[in-house]
Amino acid sequence: MFVTYMVNQGGTTVLKTSFAATTAVATSFALLAGAAAAQEIRFMCYSDGNECEVYDDVLTRFEADNPGVDVIVDVVPYQAILENLPVQLAAGTGPDMAKVTDLGGLNEYYLDLTPYIDTGYWDASFGGTLDWYRVGDRQGYYGMHSQLTITGAFVNATLFEQAGIEMPGADATWEEWAAAANAVAAATDTPFPMAIDRSGHRVAGPAISYGAQYFDGEGNGSFAGFEPFAAQFVAWNEDGTMARDVWAGQGGATYQDAAQEFINGELVFYYSGSWQVGRMDEQVGDFFDWQVVGSPCGPAGACSGMPGGAGIVGFEQTEHPEIVAAVIDYLAQEDVYAEVAARTRNLPAHLGVASAGVEFQNASPAAQAALNAFAADLPDVSPIAFAYQGYAGNRAMFGITVERLSQAIVGELSVADAVGRMSDDLAAAMAESQ
Amino acid sequence: MFLAILNPLMRIIEIPMLALQRLLGMRLFAWAFLAPNLILFGLFAFLPVILNLFYATTGGDNVLLADRPDVGLRNFVTLTDCGSYLDPNTCREDKFWRAVWNTTWFVTLQVGFMVGFALLTAIILNRDIRARGFFRAVFFFPVLLSPVVVALIWKWILQREGVLNAFLDWTGMGGINWLVDAQWAFAWSVFISVWAHMGFYTLILLAGLQAIPRDVYEAAIMDRASPWRSFTRITLPLLAPTMLVVLVLALIKGVQTFDEIYAFTGGGPGTATTFIIQYIYEEGFAGAPRLFGLAAAASLMVAAVLVVLTLIQLWVNRRNVDG
Repeated sequence: MFVTYMVNQGGTTVLKTSFAATTAVATSFALLAGAAAAQEIRFMCYSDGNECEVYDDVLTRFEADNPGVDVIVDVVPYQAILENLPVQLAAGTGPDMAKVTDLGGLNEYYLDLTPYIDTGYWDASFGGTLDWYRVGDRQGYYGMHSQLTITGAFVNATLFEQAGIEMPGADATWEEWAAAANAVAAATDTPFPMAIDRSGHRVAGPAISYGAQYFDGEGNGSFAGFEPFAAQFVAWNEDGTMARDVWAGQGGATYQDAAQEFINGELVFYYSGSWQVGRMDEQVGDFFDWQVVGSPCGPAGACSGMPGGAGIVGFEQTEHPEIVAAVIDYLAQEDVYAEVAARTRNLPAHLGVASAGVEFQNASPAAQAALNAFAADLPDVSPIAFAYQGYAGNRAMFGITVERLSQAIVGELSVADAVGRMSDDLAAAMAESQ
Repeated sequence: MFLAILNPLMRIIEIPMLALQRLLGMRLFAWAFLAPNLILFGLFAFLPVILNLFYATTGGDNVLLADRPDVGLRNFVTLTDCGSYLDPNTCREDKFWRAVWNTTWFVTLQVGFMVGFALLTAIILNRDIRARGFFRAVFFFPVLLSPVVVALIWKWILQREGVLNAFLDWTGMGGINWLVDAQWAFAWSVFISVWAHMGFYTLILLAGLQAIPRDVYEAAIMDRASPWRSFTRITLPLLAPTMLVVLVLALIKGVQTFDEIYAFTGGGPGTATTFIIQYIYEEGFAGAPRLFGLAAAASLMVAAVLVVLTLIQLWVNRRNVDG
């Protein structure tokens, strides 16, 4: 089998045809030699954009090359991945494989791919992201990081132009951006100067820039150093710098973004992440000019965003571990991975694909520039942020952050009490998870 | 014609039934008919209650009981560990007590308003007004809507750029961010719940009103009793049994409130509209780690309250039957 894809080499787009996928397909053929009957694999997938559609298409080729194998892509809402999948796995009724974001948190259910894959190739291709799927003594090969994301800010450049205000420079601080966004909002009668998605993951980068450590001396989760950011964020919600609707308009730990406000031109500065580029590209169109400015700097000296993303994992409870591993390994091959990254407009976590560069399909110049800006921001990501992303307890910490910070924003708790409660909640959660 | 088809069919069914009756005898034969329902009830109602008892005394985040360590009454202690039950900030599990107090206020206001408005509406609809059938249908219509539909309709009306704010802007009064302000969000939650469920209780009260004999009112008219006196001395006392049933049903339903408010506000702002069932759901299913034990303990505490309310209802019903 030959897979053709476009890569950017030294600024020149070249067409490559690779035999790598052929190797994977041949391997899976050998694995499946004894399988006469049709074998069905269920892949639980969610999309930020068109990921599941692209996987479905790519896997059709895998099925064609592997007669008798039927990979069914079940497209579900992201909420189902967060809430339903863990319960299904605990009950032993989960799918064979899934696209997940709670990378370390579901480790106990992962299928170890080690016996089925070329570990040397995986080490060379996915490097540090493999650790995000490992917990404790389970140090195998579990997940293929399918989309690397990084948080950062989108700015409505047209509003800055209309206000006649210059955008802060590359190393501008959060305070400088807040002042500029307020000035632009006032000058252009825009409802919201700034917004950050209602998510513990999203505030982690800014919090690190304000001094949050997220780990104690023994490597356990901690909210030490979180208070300076919490105080600033609550103050910004009180004085109208931040769109209060986003955090105060929901309860519990429910996720809420502010993308629609930005797309509607009601928001000057929107802190979200690279996965929103496709949506901005499609929905903003030529309504206004927008650009990505990465993560502002904080008083602690860091200008960190938060890495993240999603990965594809298999589950131990599958009846067809060798096929599941073959499917994931197929998707991990450089040519297939490059094609998926190009078609889904996601930053690649595959080191080979990243170093070759990706020519994102159907991306406007603004989207291409935005993705490059996000990629350029990766070196600024704090080591704390990388460690936090790989921490098995991060899902609990994200939820606690959202709940308690929201309570401080609406005045149910003082900032100090909210941070104190966050530490208590974390201690209780960790005790229950032991 | 119908019987001509039915009779032979019944004779066919009769053959195995007679055989079964001979085999089991009359006493066991009755159990054979009850068995399907009992099995379903046992599996889907009784067994979960028993399992819940076990979950409430276990810890950890595993789903399977076998993998869960026994913690005794720790979950109940966690829930009830408070400096003052009146101030959730002094409680170890402050979110639980916020939900308890939110639910208490919500049920008090919602049931009070709902029974009051339902009574008023039933009295008006019981009179000989024009288009009475139409208005009865109008008041009952919200009951037919799915809770999520109710929530979405009102969310569209009340959101920052919703219909109500557009109207207020048009009148020059300026909009209010209804769902971001804790007091407004709570008040609207009560209003929506009353709007959505009032029709059901209106219907029950209307049936109660229609059961009051007309001759009692005719006698009152002959005695020149005022309408107010007729209402307080005839309508209210004779409607009291129905009112009690409505009150208890509304109380039970109020404590169980979850879906429409969850879809409407998500429990926010902060925890302003988080009620007890949402607390249980979030602890057990939406959060990380999933604290099934704490959720089960909280649900048992709610169940105890509901059992008390149900016993009151049964007692009221029995008193009515006994006269």
